[in-house]
Amino acid sequence: MADQLTGFVNWLENLLLSLGLAESFVSFLMATLGVLTIMMFVLVLDVFLVWVERKVVARFQGRLGPNRLGPFGIIQPFADIIKLLIKEDITPIGADRILFNLAPPFAMAAVLLIWAVIPFSDGLLGADLNVGVLYIVGVGAIGTLSIILAGWASNNKYSLLGAFRTVAQMIAYEVPMVIVLLVPVLLAGSMNVSEIVDSQGVWYIFIAPLAAIILLITAIAEIGRTPFDLLEAESEIVAGFHIEYTGMKFGLFYAAELLHALTVGALFATLFLGGWRGPFADQFPILGVFYLFLKAFLIYYVIMWIKYTLPRIRIDHMLNFNWKFLTPLALTLLIVTAITEKLIDQYFVNITLTLYVGIMLVANVIIAWIVLAIVRKYAQSTRKRVGDERSIAQPPLETPASGSD
Amino acid sequence: MTTVQIIFIVAAAVTLGAAIMVVTTRKLLHAAVWLILSLLGVAVFYVLLNAGFLAVAQLVIYIGAIAILMIFAIMLTRHLALDIGPQVHRGWPWALLIAILLFGGLIWLLSSWSDVSTELPVMSSRADPLTDLGVALVSPNAYVIPFELASILLLAALIGAIYVAWPKKEKEG
Amino acid sequence: MIPLSWFLVFAAALFCIGLYGVLARKNAIAILMGIELMLNAVNVNLVAFWRYRAPEMIAGQAWAVMVFAVAAAEVAVGLALFISIYRQRKTIAADEINLMKW
Repeated sequence: MADQLTGFVNWLENLLLSLGLAESFVSFLMATLGVLTIMMFVLVLDVFLVWVERKVVARFQGRLGPNRLGPFGIIQPFADIIKLLIKEDITPIGADRILFNLAPPFAMAAVLLIWAVIPFSDGLLGADLNVGVLYIVGVGAIGTLSIILAGWASNNKYSLLGAFRTVAQMIAYEVPMVIVLLVPVLLAGSMNVSEIVDSQGVWYIFIAPLAAIILLITAIAEIGRTPFDLLEAESEIVAGFHIEYTGMKFGLFYAAELLHALTVGALFATLFLGGWRGPFADQFPILGVFYLFLKAFLIYYVIMWIKYTLPRIRIDHMLNFNWKFLTPLALTLLIVTAITEKLIDQYFVNITLTLYVGIMLVANVIIAWIVLAIVRKYAQSTRKRVGDERSIAQPPLETPASGSD
Repeated sequence: MTTVQIIFIVAAAVTLGAAIMVVTTRKLLHAAVWLILSLLGVAVFYVLLNAGFLAVAQLVIYIGAIAILMIFAIMLTRHLALDIGPQVHRGWPWALLIAILLFGGLIWLLSSWSDVSTELPVMSSRADPLTDLGVALVSPNAYVIPFELASILLLAALIGAIYVAWPKKEKEG
Repeated sequence: MIPLSWFLVFAAALFCIGLYGVLARKNAIAILMGIELMLNAVNVNLVAFWRYRAPEMIAGQAWAVMVFAVAAAEVAVGLALFISIYRQRKTIAADEINLMKW
């Protein structure tokens, strides 16, 4: 199919050139067309995600979910969109109008930009950046920016407080995420995302499982889903930074959050689960696209599973967890992976693949064991400190002198 | 007018326009958002100069960290959430004069330099600046010492910033 | 295509705009924004010279990376100082912090 796609692209280019347009303008037009294609595909998928989310949450909670509109309720998202579109568009008094309206498109843009570097198939990706992984980190920061602008521009103290907490959480969890994103870069020897996929003969989740787990945790914190969704919790902070947003602006935030979860799934699949690789994906590139989305939806299902099972974590527990547990663990993991890789390169030059995978797996298991032992000791000491028998306050003993009244 | 020239002129106009808005706008938070736009424009310039890693590093460091830090500091240092009073002090015409004179001086200096209109030399396609940069920053006979010093500088800045901004404990009694 | 002079003139213009921001604004954070503009202009200048005069030497890009690191450190410490000053004096307008003037 890649040949057919290239053929189609060449035919279109020749058509435009024969219309007499300049060469560089034609290439600019083709690039714009490519961008629009990816964007449309992803946004249409986003509409489907609303339905998936509602059905899955219903099944987790033991009920059926939407099943009235269309077969299995598949027309439900369209009803949702129409409802959001016809709602009244309110801008609160005293709100900073420009920033208030600018924040939702920013949030959506920050998610759409990530899709530019994810390879859909062999050689089928938006931009073959040399520094793809760093680009993903940078674009995630734009999402943080949109939230703080939304919080400030709403002229509402709960909104501002929610925005502060959001940014604190997102910036805090960016640190272990960047460190853990370096592990596939280290194993593949390049920051180019398609090269990372190409060098996954064995999926990286078997070589660095701990890094995959930490990436999942920090990515869930980055997108603001439970258990890290204090930012938009209705019972704690009155829905946080998007209190004042109505209608389609809120719809953009909501859609951006769902799409961000799928994007994280696609990212995880690309970096750790081999991306578009699978049986027969070389001969039929359309199978590559299918495999990528299969893996992305699997991780999306895991993220939803975590969301609808675990309770919310308090903000100070969240930040403690990040700075005192995840960051040292991520740093240790990176150092150990780098040293192990270097030692293997130096001393076992002609190593077989299974032995290589085995050594890395054993290193990860050792780190996990040590970490669990430390956590267990810490938990035991905390439990002893808090739960031991302590003397309850006793009333003063009745002496003969005081009972004379 | 080739496409690259058009892109250059558009990017330059956007960046300089955003920079002028940074220094003249009344509302401080708007100035921060204009600063983000001008930093994005500078990232476009890095791409035009074939320094792709620097462009993405600019995105991550400046927009992802420094701009957000500035917005935070703006929000934490407002007695009232308003921008009242003049935002420039009384000597601002002198500042404008100095800036214009400096610009004129720099233009005159550049125009009297003979090599100022060199054309773009062809960069050999073998060169992968990213790998070269990575190797240069850690090799002992290249730039490992400035690299380590920059890390120590960042560590010192981190510790210093935390210490300076730590809230003082209230004295009892 | 694009001669070197275009990049240098652009960098000079950005530098002068940043200089005006530093010299004319009252709020300390606005002054810091002007400083950031000047640092960016200098960086663009550096990278332009690297690309046009010596693209095979990596010193230009390494130096630009150092400028990034120094700018980040400076902004962090500067903003921490501003927050500390705000706690004491409840203002960060540059002309109201004049305790040492007689």
